[in-house]
Amino acid sequence: MEFMNPGIFKENARTALADQELRSAMAMLNAGMVPNRQAAVDRLPEFALLSQRGRELKDHVLGKLDFYLERFERNCKAAGGHVHWCATPEDAQQAVLKICRSVGAKTVTKGKSMIAEEIHLNEFLEKHDIEPVETDLGEYIIQLAQEPPSHIIGPAIHKTKDQVSDLFLQHHAKLGRTERQTEPPKMVNEAREILRQKYFDADVGITGANYLIAETGSSIIVTNEGNGDLTQTLPKIHIVVASLEKVVPTLEDATTFLRILARSATGQEFSAYTTISTGPRRPDDVDGPGEYHVILLDNGRSAMLGSEVQDMLRCIRCGACMNHCPVYQSVGGHTYGTVYVGPMGAVLSPALLGVSDTRHLPCASTLCGRCEEVCPVSIPLPRLLRQWRERSFEAGDVPALERWGLSFWAFFARRPWLYDLAARLAVRGLRYLGRRQGRLHKLWFAGGWTDGRDLPAPEGRTFQERWRRQQRDLQRGGAAR
Amino acid sequence: MTGGKTDRGANSGRQAILGAIRQSLGRPALSAEARHELDDHIAKHRANLVPARGKGEHAAQMERFQEMARAAACTVEVVADEAAVPGAVADYLRANNLPTQVTLAPDEWLCGLDWGSQSMLETKQGAAGIEDMVSVTPAFAGVAETGTLVALSGKSHPTTLNFVPDYHVVALRASQVVGAYEEVWARLRKANKQGRGFVMPRTVNMITGPSRTADIALTLELGAHGPRSLHIVLIDDQTGQD
Repeated sequence: MEFMNPGIFKENARTALADQELRSAMAMLNAGMVPNRQAAVDRLPEFALLSQRGRELKDHVLGKLDFYLERFERNCKAAGGHVHWCATPEDAQQAVLKICRSVGAKTVTKGKSMIAEEIHLNEFLEKHDIEPVETDLGEYIIQLAQEPPSHIIGPAIHKTKDQVSDLFLQHHAKLGRTERQTEPPKMVNEAREILRQKYFDADVGITGANYLIAETGSSIIVTNEGNGDLTQTLPKIHIVVASLEKVVPTLEDATTFLRILARSATGQEFSAYTTISTGPRRPDDVDGPGEYHVILLDNGRSAMLGSEVQDMLRCIRCGACMNHCPVYQSVGGHTYGTVYVGPMGAVLSPALLGVSDTRHLPCASTLCGRCEEVCPVSIPLPRLLRQWRERSFEAGDVPALERWGLSFWAFFARRPWLYDLAARLAVRGLRYLGRRQGRLHKLWFAGGWTDGRDLPAPEGRTFQERWRRQQRDLQRGGAAR
Repeated sequence: MTGGKTDRGANSGRQAILGAIRQSLGRPALSAEARHELDDHIAKHRANLVPARGKGEHAAQMERFQEMARAAACTVEVVADEAAVPGAVADYLRANNLPTQVTLAPDEWLCGLDWGSQSMLETKQGAAGIEDMVSVTPAFAGVAETGTLVALSGKSHPTTLNFVPDYHVVALRASQVVGAYEEVWARLRKANKQGRGFVMPRTVNMITGPSRTADIALTLELGAHGPRSLHIVLIDDQTGQD
């Protein structure tokens, strides 16, 4: 599969569907994450109300985003931190590089950060002779495999245990670990032992942020492994990479989100580690970083404000939408060819990368609505996907045959009597064609559909005919009563 | 990160982003009055919805705290008074066949306990180094709603003690157990009050069970990068309750 190319979604999907290892990895996602989330939500009767409050808070902040960011900056600086406003990924890369160079950094440890993925930070740092060391186990696995993440919270979710065993043996043998480990506890321990010294050796630690608190100028990370905390505590400098919409007004407001995040993401009551960081180490602290920097990344988000996709900026990156998406579950994250995947990625990526290059992604959905149902901040993902489809059509990105097909359908759809007539002819014709077996093996213009399955032959009446008859019968029944 | 050039560069990014936000929102910067209103909202920092499970009697919250902490894979032992803590720590380490070299948080109360009474323990104080296997620390609070410990960084509690050693033991007093996170914030605002606001410590760690990962084939494993176990010695002193 070719990575990071959303233009070949269809080819990637074909490869993914034929990949048995991927399918077995994805089956575990469906069996584990979906019931875990439901159980966690059921255990907290106030979940729906908290979720609604979270949605309102995000909407409030987005409408006053300039104010809250300025307050965040003021309070972060007052605590001794530095804030770097970066309009583009390039600005953010340069800001990080400059900080790294200020201490002559050779290695940086990294906690898991989607913003770092978004700005392709590892590639950039390597180019400038700085070694980035991913410390989240999932990120570590995909760094060894030289692959992008396939899930926003479980980056290596597409890998089976055996694939990780092979990968560890391949990369750890040169470190003297020549035994192929096949049991997860031993594999986890091997990675732990290899990464341990790296935390102490790194000059700079980079983490993301789940939230920024305007009131205190703090950043929050929510993790399970403890790697993010080692990453930000041991080096000389802690850099936080965060996007604009992560800011919330107060500690109490952040708390509301913390109550819905882990439950939606992993089905935990609370993640093992929720850490609030404010500025560098204090004069009488015995440990902690000497400098604290926050990179504030825009990269298209300010332009989403006030637009029809503003709702997407409420996203808290829990991953519930992808865990519940039948398309994501089937094809996995790499198929999307973008950093953000699944339903949230299919809505966010066109905003970040342009609608032309990503036109397949909003179409990779049956619009079944499960994503919106489980979204803790009620983002209307199906509606936003439909909007991108319209934009893509308007922009002329849709191939001629598809455009022609849609125009053909629209011609009838705008003339109900003609639609009715055509539909009657079609269902009767199809019934005739499928009269022997009750199904059709092949259909003109729909080979893509019938190649994989048969079309059940219609029973002979259109929906409209049946509807009219039912209404008539009901009226008669009503009159009789 | 000083020097005129950097500041100008950073400043242009700042103005561009704030300008773009205002343009998209279709309004200029907020008026002084509107800003004042939002500042007031921040200053009041009202709690949003607090779940019912985070409210109620202290005795019930003590029960819930233990139940939730155990559900998050902590072990919990209740002792009658603080004098029993060193013995409880020694017994725990011995029963689990763990190292007996212990790094204590340089906390006045914790270090004031009679560690000398435990001849098998070898104690030292300070931050954690890579070779340290067991840490014993206090905590600022325990939160019943999810069995979460809250630790504040400072000279008496180095953050590394919470993450570097393989085994973490926390001594917590019953009076430190509260129902909901918001109560911890209220206590923190009071304890660190400065002027009209308060001082946030460099790090506030909310810790719920030992380190864990499910990154290999969604199999949950404890002891990913942080502590492999988290043992809570809960001192049922029942003093200073509010």
